[in-house]
Amino acid sequence: MVMDPRLTSDLTPELKDIVMEIESHAKNLGLDFFPTIFEMVDYQQMSEIAAYGGFPTRYPHWRFGMEYERIAKSYEYGLSLIYEMVINNDPCYAYLLRSNSLVDQKTVIAHVYGHCDFFKNNYCFSHTNRKTLDEMANHGSRVRRYIEEIGHDEVESFIDICLSLENLIDQHGPHIRREYKPKDKDNYDESLISPDKLPVPKLPSLRGYMEGYINPESYLKEQQAKVILEKEKEKKFPESPVRDVLKFLLDYAPLSSWQRDVLAIVREEAYYFAPQGQTKIMNEGWAVYWHSKILTQLVLKDSEVIDYCDHYAGVVQMSGQRLNPYKLGVELMRHIEKRWDRGQYGLEYTLCDDPLVRKNWNKSANKGMEKIFEVRKFHNDITFIDEFLDEDFCEEAKLFTWVQDRRSGQAIIHDRDFKTIKRELLDTMTNFGHPLIDVIDGNFRNRGELLLRHRHQGKDLKIDWAVETLKNIQKVWNRPVNIATVIESENKIIHFDGSEPRIEKGIQFE
Amino acid sequence: MKMETDVNRFRKIVRGKIKDNLKRFISSGELIGRQGNKQVTIPLPRIDLPRFEFGNNQQRGVGQGEGEPGDAVSQGQPQPGDGEAGQKPGEHSMEVDVSLDELAGILGEELGLPRIEDKGKKNISQKKYKYQGVLRNGPESLRNFKRTYKEALKRQISIGDYTPDRPIIIPIKEDKRYRSFRIEEKPEASAVIIYMMDVSGSMGDEQKEIVRLTSFWLNAWLKHNYDNLDTRFIIHDAIAREVDEHTFYHTKESGGTLISSAYKLCEKIILESYPSSEWNIYLFHFSDGDNWSGNDTNECMTLLDNFLLPSSNLFSYGQVESRYGSGQFLKDLEKHYGEQNEKVIIHQIKDRDGIMNALRAFLGRGK
Repeated sequence: MVMDPRLTSDLTPELKDIVMEIESHAKNLGLDFFPTIFEMVDYQQMSEIAAYGGFPTRYPHWRFGMEYERIAKSYEYGLSLIYEMVINNDPCYAYLLRSNSLVDQKTVIAHVYGHCDFFKNNYCFSHTNRKTLDEMANHGSRVRRYIEEIGHDEVESFIDICLSLENLIDQHGPHIRREYKPKDKDNYDESLISPDKLPVPKLPSLRGYMEGYINPESYLKEQQAKVILEKEKEKKFPESPVRDVLKFLLDYAPLSSWQRDVLAIVREEAYYFAPQGQTKIMNEGWAVYWHSKILTQLVLKDSEVIDYCDHYAGVVQMSGQRLNPYKLGVELMRHIEKRWDRGQYGLEYTLCDDPLVRKNWNKSANKGMEKIFEVRKFHNDITFIDEFLDEDFCEEAKLFTWVQDRRSGQAIIHDRDFKTIKRELLDTMTNFGHPLIDVIDGNFRNRGELLLRHRHQGKDLKIDWAVETLKNIQKVWNRPVNIATVIESENKIIHFDGSEPRIEKGIQFE
Repeated sequence: MKMETDVNRFRKIVRGKIKDNLKRFISSGELIGRQGNKQVTIPLPRIDLPRFEFGNNQQRGVGQGEGEPGDAVSQGQPQPGDGEAGQKPGEHSMEVDVSLDELAGILGEELGLPRIEDKGKKNISQKKYKYQGVLRNGPESLRNFKRTYKEALKRQISIGDYTPDRPIIIPIKEDKRYRSFRIEEKPEASAVIIYMMDVSGSMGDEQKEIVRLTSFWLNAWLKHNYDNLDTRFIIHDAIAREVDEHTFYHTKESGGTLISSAYKLCEKIILESYPSSEWNIYLFHFSDGDNWSGNDTNECMTLLDNFLLPSSNLFSYGQVESRYGSGQFLKDLEKHYGEQNEKVIIHQIKDRDGIMNALRAFLGRGK
């Protein structure tokens, strides 16, 4: 039976050959990736897959519907076009848009291999589940089961709550083993009441007459203070601030089992997607770097070059107010390659402040390729920008800072000062541009209230949203909840106990 | 398609949002300008889940491009994304398409409007079986062959019971899908709305806008209730003439006011085209209530009593407040018909915010 080719997601024989060709080029150039499966989809399927964040099997939720309508509509209006989608999985799955021209397909295929290599090798992704496609399907069927048991509205509104807390995770958590095992402690531990009776550790002294010298009074006092401080910490719950608020809620909030599972699902997916947010610039830069190298040097026929360039110009166009991660990423990658090829690194180069000498510096080190492979393995966007965005690059790439003019609402170029640009850039990328929030106290005021802390670093929270979010946390915690923050340079606590939100006088943290 | 469910859930939320904002839409006229072919594009604030986020004291950021400090940043075009975007702020509104019919339904729910009772012609209203959706249970006669076949095929492939060379598909009970239906009672009748408006000098732009908004929603609701809806427009000062919709809202006339002229023309139109035994006739008259003379007012009452009221479902008089009008006509009507006349609804529309109440008054009787 011959199937209508439009009904299958199989590639055409022509595209299959191209995929094989590009794959072998990518391998020869040193890229290292999971097996990659390409599928052909039409724009509706593409919009659908994109709305689900790449996973057609995700749990049901209205926001995917909203996203779908938005994407499909902007496609219909010709405003934007999704060329490609690739997901971090083993094997990698990538989707090609059926209506793309052959040159576009070639570009996308090469681009995808760049991403796949990045997924496999960059350290940020090292803890992600490589069977996420299956995992997402699992999540989907679990949520669907709860919907059947509990009801669509109830489950969906609980998902809403979880999603509004989705960003309260510890993005570095997967790489660190943080020890906060709950200790089995005796509730009637006397030492908690009078910690000054605790045994103080002494240095060993074999001879009695040396005791006063080895363990002098001042030393003992110091030790005792330390012991008491430790004990005080134990009284606290949690002992030290917890960044992974979702984990804390999972462990200690009074949730029913289905709620706990839904929250766990949302948290797991947030951790899965976090590395993509952490490496957006690098990941795109890396993929563009490789697709342009593979295509222009190895794949393109003469007749295709113009079309390719046209497309490429679209991908790396400057977009004014918003930094184009494709452009910034690929330019910085090439900048690094160039510097290391010419030996523009090391103490001698750093100390050199003659612009002409710096410019013409060439030691023919030829370490560029080696260096960018190293960069793609060990960096994330923040360290990438922090380490390699230098003054020369800043000027070449025509970066600037802008501010919104208060009166006209227009964005105005503020300045082109290297330090300001870099600070601003790093600032917006820290914690994905979200506020840093952690759990300070799970037994605040000794009444089982929850106290969160916003580590204020110059920017206030959006208060109305903070209140709404707090309401959602209260629904999970079931006891009054608080967040300590700074509002217009004053310490404040926003308090919500289920009735009316209040803003109270704040506390000073050390 | 799996997405269908999610889109429907989203639409349900949107419906709620529209309901919440209905008052604003009714009085602002935002929607009328966005009315396409049976679809209305509604601007709504983007539905977002709250998060801990930074407030926007002042927007700032890093960009890339030409220009000196102090220059405005050129707005780049959106880039071809790869579907991973979405963390950036910016788009805080969205547009959703809603059919006029659905909108009218929302209006009806929100205003608590009763279903319109047809003018004594119940026999014409018809039951319709509307097929919608697919169920797992049902009578064999409604079995959806294609869906059932697909389900069976899916099942057989997944358990390895399918050989392409001998493609025999045997559906079992779990595979069967049935069409489901709903009985809808649809009045088959037709209706005509005749709008009359006073365009004398005292009716300003704002007054006309109020009339325009009111009639938009009246249209929407009546269209929701009748399959076949005609609209006719009459403007009058001292003389009346029939115009098209555009002229109706945009003519600026001046001069005296003889309301009877409009009623006479209205009578003529009904006699010519709309026999009252077959048509549900709705008359809406908007004026600032400044009639030329008491004599003319008396003539109006005669016209109403003798012909217009007996042949129509409803006569509604909306008096738009204007600075110049005396508003006498409203008082005269009230005196003549009292507060409780079956077929006459008299309502004063103070300003835009009054439109909602006017709609409730005009349509609240279910006639």
